Amino acid sequence: MNLTLKIWRQSDAKSQGKIVEYPISGIEGDMSFLEMLDVLNEELITKGDEPVVFDHDCREGICGSCSLQINGEPHGPDRLVTTCQLHMRKFNDGDTIFIEPFRAKAFPVVKDLMVDRSAFDRIQHAGGYISVNTSGNTIDANAIPVNKDNADDAFAAATCIGCGACVAACKNASAMLFTSAKVSQYALLPQGQVEATDRVMAMVNQMDEEGFGNCTNTGACEIECPKGISLENIARMNREYLSASLKG
Amino acid sequence: MSILDSKIPEGPLADKWTKHKNTINLVNPANKRNIDVIVVGTGLAGGSAAATLAELGYNVKTFCYQDSPRRAHSIAAQGGINAAKNYQGDGDSNYRLFYDTVKGGDYRSREANVYRLAEVSGNIIDQCVAQGVPFAREYGGLLDNRSFGGVLVSRTFYAKGQTGQQLLLGAYSAMNRQINRGKIQAFNRHEMLDLVKVDGKARGIIARDLVTGEIERHSAHAVVLATGGYGNVFFLSTNAMGSNVMAAWRAHRRGAFFANPCYTQIHPTCIPVSGDHQSKLTLMSESLRNDGRIWVPKRKEDAEAIRAGKLKPTQLSEEERDYYLERRYPAFGNLVPRDVASRAAKERCDEGFGVNKTGEAVYLDFAAAIQRYGKEKALTSGIHNPTAEQILEFGEKVIEDKYGNLFQMYEKIVDENPYKTPMMIYPAVHYTMGGLWVDYNLQTTVPGCYAAGEANFSDHGANRLGASALMQGLADGYFVLPYTIGDYLSQDIRTGKIPTDTPEFDEAEKHVKDRIEKLMSGSGEHSVDYYHKRLGKIMWNKCGMSRNEKELKEAIDEISALRKDFWKSVKVPGNANGMNQELEKAGRVADFLELGELFAKDALDRNESCGGHFREESVEQDGEQKGEALRDDKNFKYVSAWEYKGEPKDAVLHKEDLVFENIELKTRSYK
Repeated sequence: MNLTLKIWRQSDAKSQGKIVEYPISGIEGDMSFLEMLDVLNEELITKGDEPVVFDHDCREGICGSCSLQINGEPHGPDRLVTTCQLHMRKFNDGDTIFIEPFRAKAFPVVKDLMVDRSAFDRIQHAGGYISVNTSGNTIDANAIPVNKDNADDAFAAATCIGCGACVAACKNASAMLFTSAKVSQYALLPQGQVEATDRVMAMVNQMDEEGFGNCTNTGACEIECPKGISLENIARMNREYLSASLKG
Repeated sequence: MSILDSKIPEGPLADKWTKHKNTINLVNPANKRNIDVIVVGTGLAGGSAAATLAELGYNVKTFCYQDSPRRAHSIAAQGGINAAKNYQGDGDSNYRLFYDTVKGGDYRSREANVYRLAEVSGNIIDQCVAQGVPFAREYGGLLDNRSFGGVLVSRTFYAKGQTGQQLLLGAYSAMNRQINRGKIQAFNRHEMLDLVKVDGKARGIIARDLVTGEIERHSAHAVVLATGGYGNVFFLSTNAMGSNVMAAWRAHRRGAFFANPCYTQIHPTCIPVSGDHQSKLTLMSESLRNDGRIWVPKRKEDAEAIRAGKLKPTQLSEEERDYYLERRYPAFGNLVPRDVASRAAKERCDEGFGVNKTGEAVYLDFAAAIQRYGKEKALTSGIHNPTAEQILEFGEKVIEDKYGNLFQMYEKIVDENPYKTPMMIYPAVHYTMGGLWVDYNLQTTVPGCYAAGEANFSDHGANRLGASALMQGLADGYFVLPYTIGDYLSQDIRTGKIPTDTPEFDEAEKHVKDRIEKLMSGSGEHSVDYYHKRLGKIMWNKCGMSRNEKELKEAIDEISALRKDFWKSVKVPGNANGMNQELEKAGRVADFLELGELFAKDALDRNESCGGHFREESVEQDGEQKGEALRDDKNFKYVSAWEYKGEPKDAVLHKEDLVFENIELKTRSYK
């Protein structure tokens, strides 16, 4: 395949960025989107140019490193996949592909296509955990039975990979889907109940402080989420937050 | 006489750990506040160690190259984590878990360490559940278990095919709690470039901020390396792209012995390589072998026709297929251990029976399972004369329920429907059992420098059983290292803060800066990946699943020559004062080019077939095992620990003799 790539280049957080056009040829359908970028970078290096910087690591859809806004969609046109699992067979010979970083005020660009998603970490620092000692003196794992449906729902929420596609998809750059997945995981388990009130308040407050926008129930986040995290989590977080506010 | 002191406690196996904990030195909680510990790597081992050390009261600094500890490669583990809980009442015990692990490792791991691993395994599950890890549950609300290869009990705890993800997020949440308390300072997007020693002790590291390019000095009373394995020395592996050996290798250059570098686990069920552009191999869970039958065509002409696209696998009759595992190992069939299945696949492909266009793939076929399950399901649904279509529909549904996510992943990558045509699989490099040599306290040969998880060597021997890596990472991090390190740190309560403006830090920083400058000033003929791929080809062809003396010697020479060329001609664009991913890669590949040579040297020394490592000179000559791998306990029942002396060819071998007091050494047979 021959393609025209239009890629966002920005040398660091303080510089202005711009779209640069790169023609590329010899792309095979078997290649992943990131392997296609590897081919481009190899060409750029050979010419003595700086390769395009992008985040990636596991390349099997689980670490959440890879991002990329591809033709305006987080992780590109395919559903339920991350960019590393998107294959070039989803594109046609002669296509022009726009490749940009995830856009959000809370995700400043580090360089080129790489953004800083540490705001997600800070939301988790604020309370995304159960306060249990790591001393090894915890009670037996089967001492508190957990309803299977709740355990399954908690697991489904916990599969969030923290990639930030929900934020990039949202017209308000809201982090509600991410934060609510974290709140839901613990809210659904008996172990997480004791500090549930403090947790949801702290995490939501931190989320607001980081500069993420509000949720207006558009639902783009769920559609673009590579792990299919459900909007139900947002509803659950809203209930948790309301009840915490009333208690507060 | 070896200079390696394993510090294994005296006394009966089952009492060693308790006795050791009762007698080692402790640090008073008030004094822990005055002690700093650096943890490099924040996956399962590093994340859990950092959280626990902070919990105990030490001041912890963590370092990882990712933008968040949550992205460490532990996250990609699929299958599960073993623990001797005996919840199923099927006779599991600490001893059985210990026994299976030592036998599975082909008797090349250390008894005392493995027993301790089994002993603390149950605690891991308790700890994780308390942290909110959503393990699979039964309808009664209790934890569910499944079984894994090479084991006769059901001891594996799991969270669908994403157990590693859930366990890592658990450790990360424990870290978050300590970050919130101010007890952990997390340095993400940082890479350790050197270990700093003061008076022979590890007292800090030199790190590079990968965003600003700044070279930083960080001091501590002890340094813990939990940086994973070095499988990326093969270029293509199931490891994350950034996984590297740098921290461990730089510690090796500063005096930490490197143990068993030639031990790599090759996993049999990976998606085959499709072309030269490939960056990464994807693992399919071993559980697929429970229902899939592995075969290649019996006749070479058929294999050639399939490779040329003139014949479809479904057109070959049962008689025209060679179910080689069932043929060679009737007792275990498709469920032989990973090393045996991997070697057998390579043997068939080397003989010309491979089925994809590169000739490096075998079939994993679910057609028989679909038929079997379909008929059963039709019967239990009250249909006594089902049509072929009904059987197919029922059968595919059963397979989908069991393996749906894996089938979907395969279809995304290969673009073929594995329900309709057999999957293609091939072995790939997965996990490294070698690593920094450590004693029972997990201390390396550099005082104050510790290694945990995949970065050390002690627990897996020559071959790792399924669901045991997650167990070891968390055992080391939550329950072993935070206590054993106290024994060492108890001598440091009056030391005070370690200054960073000393000649030792100056020297290490200068060394690091010189190295970066040298990398940036290559003549610019080839990219870093060019060298990495060439190294990978040498490693796979000559140091992979099958090895011989002649080719290992060739590999040593070829790697050495490639390394020289790398330092002369590598091209690293951009500059060092900011984000530069090529510079990061260059530093890592430079280390792989040294480690690769030591790997080959170690493999050359070990003239026995062991675990996944088939040495062509060491083969069973007679009897039932004729033609199979021959282990040599008389001459090679040791850990090889290499001391750095400059060039890898000058490395000096030290041997730790492995003593088996509780398990009798036997030939592993799967016939």
